[in-house]
Amino acid sequence: MIAVERVTKRFADFTALDDISFEAPDGKLTALLGPSGSGKSTLLRVIAGLEVPDSGTIVVSGSDATRLPPQKRGIGFVFQHYAAFKHMTLRDNVAFGLKIRKKPKPEIKAKVDELLHLVGLDGFHDRYPNQLSGGQRQRMALARALAVEPSVLLLDEPFGALDANVRADLRAWLRRLHEQVPVTTVLVTHDQEEAMELADLIVLLKDGRIAQAGAPRELYERPADAFVMGFLGPVSKVRGELVRPHDVALSDRPEDGWEEAMVQRVVHLGFEVRVELVRKDGEEISAQLTRGEAEAIEPEAGSIVWLRPPAGKVSA
Amino acid sequence: MSVDRRARIGLRLLALGYLAVLLLVPVALVFYRTFEKGIGFVWESITTPAAIHALFLTLEVALITVPLNAVFGVLAAHALVRSRFPGKRLLDALIDLPFAISPVVVGLSLLLLYGRTGWFGPWLAEHGIQLIFSVPGIVIATVFVSMPFVVREVAPVLQEIGDEQEQAAATLGASPWQTFWRVTLPAIRWGLAYGVVLSTARAIGEFGAVSVVSGKIAGETETLTLLVEKRFQNFDLAGAYAASALLAVIALATLGFMSVIGSRRSES
Repeated sequence: MIAVERVTKRFADFTALDDISFEAPDGKLTALLGPSGSGKSTLLRVIAGLEVPDSGTIVVSGSDATRLPPQKRGIGFVFQHYAAFKHMTLRDNVAFGLKIRKKPKPEIKAKVDELLHLVGLDGFHDRYPNQLSGGQRQRMALARALAVEPSVLLLDEPFGALDANVRADLRAWLRRLHEQVPVTTVLVTHDQEEAMELADLIVLLKDGRIAQAGAPRELYERPADAFVMGFLGPVSKVRGELVRPHDVALSDRPEDGWEEAMVQRVVHLGFEVRVELVRKDGEEISAQLTRGEAEAIEPEAGSIVWLRPPAGKVSA
Repeated sequence: MSVDRRARIGLRLLALGYLAVLLLVPVALVFYRTFEKGIGFVWESITTPAAIHALFLTLEVALITVPLNAVFGVLAAHALVRSRFPGKRLLDALIDLPFAISPVVVGLSLLLLYGRTGWFGPWLAEHGIQLIFSVPGIVIATVFVSMPFVVREVAPVLQEIGDEQEQAAATLGASPWQTFWRVTLPAIRWGLAYGVVLSTARAIGEFGAVSVVSGKIAGETETLTLLVEKRFQNFDLAGAYAASALLAVIALATLGFMSVIGSRRSES
């Protein structure tokens, strides 16, 4: 388990982390989520020992690690831009931590083979990092970090430099890997979908403070404030309250208690259809329908429909 | 053939002709004049005791200077790129000082510092240390003029590779020392090699500063460049050419090294 207790970190007159406390439970994947500049990467680097906090403590597996150098923390760290050792083959990259620990050669060889197999890079032993794609390099980096059997795995925007389709593949792959090798993991990401899909626990950061921490569903369904709600998905504003577009119901005929609105634009997003509306009081609102629902109503620009907004979750 | 094309070819010929007249012809002439009197004469004039001593002294100075430059150059480049400290920009500017100052001035200032009447002169004399008019003085002067090469070649490479690989090594358990040997040094090796070769070339060819501090004592503090000058002054033109040819051969070998390193570097 990793416990972060009242950690504060300033750079010159900028407060990157302001009194942060949370726990990353054993064997689970915790996501540090937030917009850029929210302090999530700094927090991960403080946990890794690559930055020293101004105050507060970091506890890794029950012992105070705040003053320990990164070498002594028993962590594996994966960088956004892979940080592959360019002059070494994949074999040597993955073996690096084991060689530093002076493990016997047969053991190193067996471990490297096992890990390259685990990350799907069998037969790439003698390649150099520049002969690999970005996704392959990142899997190599993960194998390298796992080789030293860290008690904690720290991932700093691991898919941030990759194409969208590779990201999706690797995300699914990482989830399966984490089921196979359930090492306590902390993942930094600015992508709420990634956090929702991968994490058991999300710590959402804003301006160096925790906006909300909890299970993904909890954050989505019971957001603490407008920022949390807006960060986790699309929102519309109705009478000063925020609602989710998929909670807005539409009808092509008047119903009791529903209100009139005019369709401005219809956007087809594959399975889903987004209908952009303007209400009588001039406020704009989006409704997200399935294709089946949309076909029943047949909304088109300029047509009049009736809508029932749900009760807002938080005020804007 | 269009005018445009003719103009382009003309410009190229002009550039090549300019280089030929200024660079190739003089070097070729040195070799031509050297072997004019036959290979036997050349052999004789570069195997006189003074010439052999000058050659070995030159190599000795280079062998001491270049490793010093390599070690301190890498340390200085590392400090400049990786750490923050007050006066860093001043240091960055000072590193280029040897490029900016005339070597003769360097020699004179060393004389003013370590010479018999210089600041540290009396103290050094009391302790029986003689720097000026001896080999250590030549080494100090050569270190001074050839210092920036390694720093200036290594610093941009360090900048470019960034510190993520070093941080990754640290998280994998490597001590700073292990990280340097296993990660940083291999990453900067071609830049370092290039700096070392440039620094070697400068050390072997240095004249001005060495001329002031060495005292030019034949068979003791006379380097190859000083020998060339002395023979020239004594109207021993053929001897001067022979010694020059020796320097030129060393320089050409250096050039060969540089182009090999250059191509390896652009590959990696």
